[in-house]
Order: sequence, then structure tokens, then C-alpha cells
Amino acid sequence: MAELTLKSVGKTYAGGVDAVTDVNIDIKDGEFIVLVGPSGCGKSTLLRMVAGLETVTRGDVHIGGRRVNDLDPAERDIAMVFQNYALYPHMSVRDNMAYGLKNRGESKAVIEERVAEAARMLELGQYLDRKPRALSGGQRQRVAMGRAIVRQPKAFLFDEPLSNLDAKLRVSMRMEIRKLQQRLGTTSLYVTHDQLEAMTLADRLVVLNGGRVEQIGAPLEVYRKPASTFVASFIGAPAMSLLDAQIEGGQLLLAGQALAGVGIAPGPVTLGLRAEDLRIVANGLRMRVEYVEELGAQRIVHGMVGDQAVAVIDQHDTPLGPDVRIAVDPTRLHLFDARSGRRMETRLHRVAEPAQ
Amino acid sequence: MTDTPLNMVEADQTLVTRLRAWWSGETANPAKRVQFDRPLTPWLFLLPQLAVVVIFFYWPSVQAVTSSFYLEDPFGFGATFVGMENYADALNSSEYLGTAAFTAFFCVVVTTLALGIGLLMAVKADKVIRGAESYKTLLISVYAIAPPVAGLIGMMFFDMHMGPLKDLAAFFGYDLKVGINYWDTATALIVIAVWKQIPYNFIFFLSGLQSVPVSVREAALIDAQSGWRRFWDITLPLLAPTAFFLLVINITYTMFDTFPIIDVIVKDKPANNPMTLVYKVYLDGFKGNDIGGSSAQSVILMGVVALLTVLQFRFLERRVHYG
Ligand SMILES: Nc1ncnc2c1ncn2[C@@H]1O[C@H](COP(=O)(O)OP(=O)(O)OP(=O)(O)O)[C@@H](O)[C@H]1O
Ligand SMILES: [Mg+2]
Repeated sequence: MAELTLKSVGKTYAGGVDAVTDVNIDIKDGEFIVLVGPSGCGKSTLLRMVAGLETVTRGDVHIGGRRVNDLDPAERDIAMVFQNYALYPHMSVRDNMAYGLKNRGESKAVIEERVAEAARMLELGQYLDRKPRALSGGQRQRVAMGRAIVRQPKAFLFDEPLSNLDAKLRVSMRMEIRKLQQRLGTTSLYVTHDQLEAMTLADRLVVLNGGRVEQIGAPLEVYRKPASTFVASFIGAPAMSLLDAQIEGGQLLLAGQALAGVGIAPGPVTLGLRAEDLRIVANGLRMRVEYVEELGAQRIVHGMVGDQAVAVIDQHDTPLGPDVRIAVDPTRLHLFDARSGRRMETRLHRVAEPAQ
Repeated sequence: MTDTPLNMVEADQTLVTRLRAWWSGETANPAKRVQFDRPLTPWLFLLPQLAVVVIFFYWPSVQAVTSSFYLEDPFGFGATFVGMENYADALNSSEYLGTAAFTAFFCVVVTTLALGIGLLMAVKADKVIRGAESYKTLLISVYAIAPPVAGLIGMMFFDMHMGPLKDLAAFFGYDLKVGINYWDTATALIVIAVWKQIPYNFIFFLSGLQSVPVSVREAALIDAQSGWRRFWDITLPLLAPTAFFLLVINITYTMFDTFPIIDVIVKDKPANNPMTLVYKVYLDGFKGNDIGGSSAQSVILMGVVALLTVLQFRFLERRVHYG
């Protein structure tokens, strides 16, 4: 158990690929941090630098106050859970879990006790003498978890540990990992490209894009106030609709209609609309309905406002015509700089006359 | 292939059309016949292989067993049945037993060295695998040299008059006499045989090492700091199937495939040179014209090989993990 600090960490692979650039993260003791981002954004690279499996090109990695850049993975006192589990195929489940402890010179009694404890927690008791190949994917996943737990390390590192499981198992394992981590209170760094997994697991999210940190924050904070159009479109399903809008005369105009009054200089902006913030109303913006996804509890209506795509979550099940009218509370609008994509903080207020 | 197309053909067809249909493989429902339409075809494909096995393996084996019970006239004028006498002669001859002992020694030393050095090189090469393409090619190229050539080159190295190794030995005050001194010759044989076999072992060990999943190695990297421990606990057990396969191959190699090397080194040299049982079979049979005795020896050899194979599979393979 320890805090984990990344200071201006960067990685350039042989051949000049800049996989990670200037990453700063302060992870508190016991915190569960999820690194999330699209494929190839450098999540694994960052995690592997913390583990010691990749050298750190720039910056410093500290675990528990100690600079670990030049330490072997085995000296860093971390445990890692790999995507394909990486169990030792020739060892029994028991030996798989015990191996790391044996090499750290723990006594037989301690090893036995820890393995038994982990097996109990993960319900692996009856499989202890089996080889990994005689286990199901979910069971292997548990063994990989067990191998990390018995070590009682300063930090857990997870690299997409659930992505080889089927959807149902993934959801239940997700909950188990969260419960285990809270119970053990071990600092954790978890990599995933699944934004739902990230939202549900994290104390804080780190959204990466192209090797840079886009935003760090609690899941809801990131959801409610995405720092950029990238984060806005990556976090949340259905994705936030991003539309080209104009500011003219202190008003935000979309497809020629005023949505809200704003206090920023005239010019083009990117407007972000969350599907659940939009309502189908009698009077409002005209939206041409393209198709409807029925989800049972609600439906997602996809359509076009002008020539831009918008999704609306609707709780009703009355049939829809080819055109609907939609409206949004001005305080729920997100504005982004049209050029840089960064979030623009401004107070939005209702315009006096509702748009026709 | 149980039912022939003949069964499928309409009954009112003439014999000729039926035969033609059979030969060209036409059937009433071609969708069902996937592999061979003509029953002869598979046999045609098998024939060369079967012929090779029968002509070069079964037939000589039967011949060897038969002639091992006869005392053959050296000039080819008939043979006398002598029962087990050829076997008794061989097993009671101190020369034969000496050769057997040397073969065992040779087998153990060459196999151990060839496997050990091959593994060592593979482990080292695996570490720098990015630069290993040229390294690999360099080492495979040694294997591409046929044994007689390897023997010849080795012989040149060890040559009594101009070999560099003789000069090297002389530099240290030792008079190296390959082909004359028993242990000098034995050393030369071992060095050449090992040298020849290392690349083969290297390639297999290297590919075995490369097939150990990267993530498993990385997990081990986190679990154990000592590289030696990781090698011993993780890499080696995962390499066991490769090692077992190579062990079988190497034993076979030292017992049989070293023949050309031995031939080059000891041919036409004065007696009392070390040699393997196989070479002695050849020497007694073709040089000594003792067909019966040499047949008995080769039958004994067959027995030894069969026994070795059984032992290897029974006792070693069980301890090998096929993960
Ligand atoms: N060994 C390597 N040598 C060179 N470039 C590499 C190497 N490993 C990764 N990269 C590059 O670094 C970038 C980041 O890779 P990384 O594996 O960290 O992505 P990721 O975010 O984990 O993606 P995914 O979600 O697909 O696992 C990619 O552009 C990748 O091509
Ligand atoms: Mg990855």
C-alpha cells in the first residue's frame, strides 16, 4: 500500500514512436485509478513503465515515495494482472500463486496461509491442484487475481484483465475486483478501453489520447464536465452529440435558432449535447427522425438537426412522426472551442423568447 | 473410401460406360465424394513411400535377422547355419564390448555437450533476438554442411601434419595424434560430432524459447528477480518438450548419423581406433567380410535402439509438460 506518482513521464520507443508524452498523475494511497482511452493511446505503455517492463524514457516514477525508474520489476513491489492472465502453464494453481512469495523468501507457513486466504476469497479452493489449462477463462482470471493478492504488494496493476471474458462474466468480475480492492485497500492502476468499465470501477479516471492526458477526474466529474470534445465523445453511451454552432449577439445559435444566451465573443463553437439532456417537446428545434433504438426502459432516437446528427433519449413509447421537436435546458449545454476542442466555461441562460 | 462409385451407377449402363465412369470418377452425387473418386488413387500415392519402407527397411531387417544365424563363406560359396553362435561371439568379444562401451560414452558426451551448448547459445541469442537474424543464419549454415564435409574440415583441423589444432596442442607441449592415439581420436570425434550438431539443437531451442509467451516471461520477471531462477523455474520446464524431442534426435544422431564423421577420421588408419557400434557393423561386414557376425551385431543394435526408445518415452516423457 502506497502512493504512486508519475512526474512528466514520457516514452519514446526505439524507432522514434512517441507513445507517452508528459504524463503527470498523483495517485493517493488506496486509490483506484483507471487509465482509459482508445486503442494505441499509450495506456499499456504507461502501465508497463510503472511495472518496470518498459524503460522510462523521460520523467520519474515513484512508488511509495521511492524512485523506481532503475529498479527491476521484482524489486518494485507491485503485482500485475495480464490480459491473457499469463499463468505458468506447468504449475498448479497453488504453485502459480505461491511462486512470487517463494522467491521473496517467505516461510512455508506464511505462503500456505496467504494462498489459502486468497483461494477462499476467490472461491478457488477446489482448483488449487489443477493446472491452468484445466480451468475456464473466468477461473484463470481468478487465479491471476489470486497471484496478485497473495503478494500483498504496494500496488496492483491491471492491463485489460477482463477483456477476454464474455459480457456477463465481465460485469460480475468487475464488481468483484472493485470489492476486493476496497477490502484490501491496495492502490490500483487499471487499464481499459471500455468506458463503462472505467466509469464503474474508478475513484478517478485518467483519459488518455495520443499519449497525453486529456483529463483526470472522478467519473461523474469527467462525465458532467468533459475537458475536451475528445473526452466528451469518449465517455458516455450513447456518445455526446457534437455539433457546429454559432455565437452571434450574445446568443448561441444552432441551425438558425437561439438555444441560450452566452457571454462569449461571437464566432463558431462546438456544441455538445448529451442524449439524456434532450427532451422531445411540442415546441423546439426541429429534428428529422432517422432511426430509433428500443432499449425497453427507454429508447434512443437518432436524427438530424439541419445536417448534423443528434441522439435523444426518450422515456415515452408513443409513435413518432418523421419530424419531432426537441428542447434542452441551457444549463446542460456544453461548449467547446471550435478550433482546439477545449471546454469553454461560461454561464448559459435561457433566452427570453423560446425559439419557434 | 468404403463404397466405390460403381454402386452409384445406374444398372442399365453397359460395362464400358460403367468402367469409364468409374475411371473418370463420375458419380451420381458428386457432392458426397470429397477426397478420392477412384479407389486406386490413394494406393498410387502411397506406393512410393511403401516401397521405400519395404525395400530399405523391412527387407534388410529380415535379411539381417536371417543371416545373423548363418556363418557365411567369405567368398560367397554358401552359408552354414550356426544358431546363436554369432551372437555369442559378439557378446564375448572384448573388442565388441570395448566398442559398445565407447559408443555409450560417445553418446552421453556428445548428446550432453551438443544439447548444453546449443541451449546456452539459444538462450543468449534469444536475449538479443532483434539482431539474431544474421546470427541465426550464421549458425544454421554450419548445419547445412553435410557430415562428410564436416568430418573432412574437422580432419583438416586435426591433421597430423598441417592441422592448426595439432600446432595449438604442440604449443602447449602436447603431441596430438589423431587416428593413432585412441583418446586423441576420440576427442577429435567428439569435437566434430558436437560441432556438427549444435546448430540443429540451437535452432530448435531458439524456436522453443521464442514460443514461451511474452506475458508469461513478464509475469516471471515480476515474480522472481534472479534470471537464473526464472530460467530454471519457468523457461526450462516450458522448454521440456523441445528438449525431450532433441534428446531423442541427438541420441539417434550420435549412434547412427556420426557414421560419415567416423569414416573420414578412422578410415584406413591402423587398428584400435575408437568407433561406434554402427561403424563396427560396417567394418566387420564389408571390410572383414563377416556377414553373419555383422548381422548379429546389427540385430543387437536394433534391440538396443528399441529399448532406448521405449525407455525414453516411458520415463522421460511423463515428466515433460505439454502446456
Ligand atoms: N515495442 C514497441 N515498439 C514500438 N512502438 C510500440 C511498441 N509498443 C507499443 N508501441 C506503440 O506505442 C503506442 C501505444 O501503444 P500501447 O500498447 O501503449 O497502446 P494501448 O493504449 O495499450 O492500446 P490497446 O488498447 O490497443 O492495448 C502505439 O502507437 C504502439 O504502436
Ligand atoms: Mg494495451
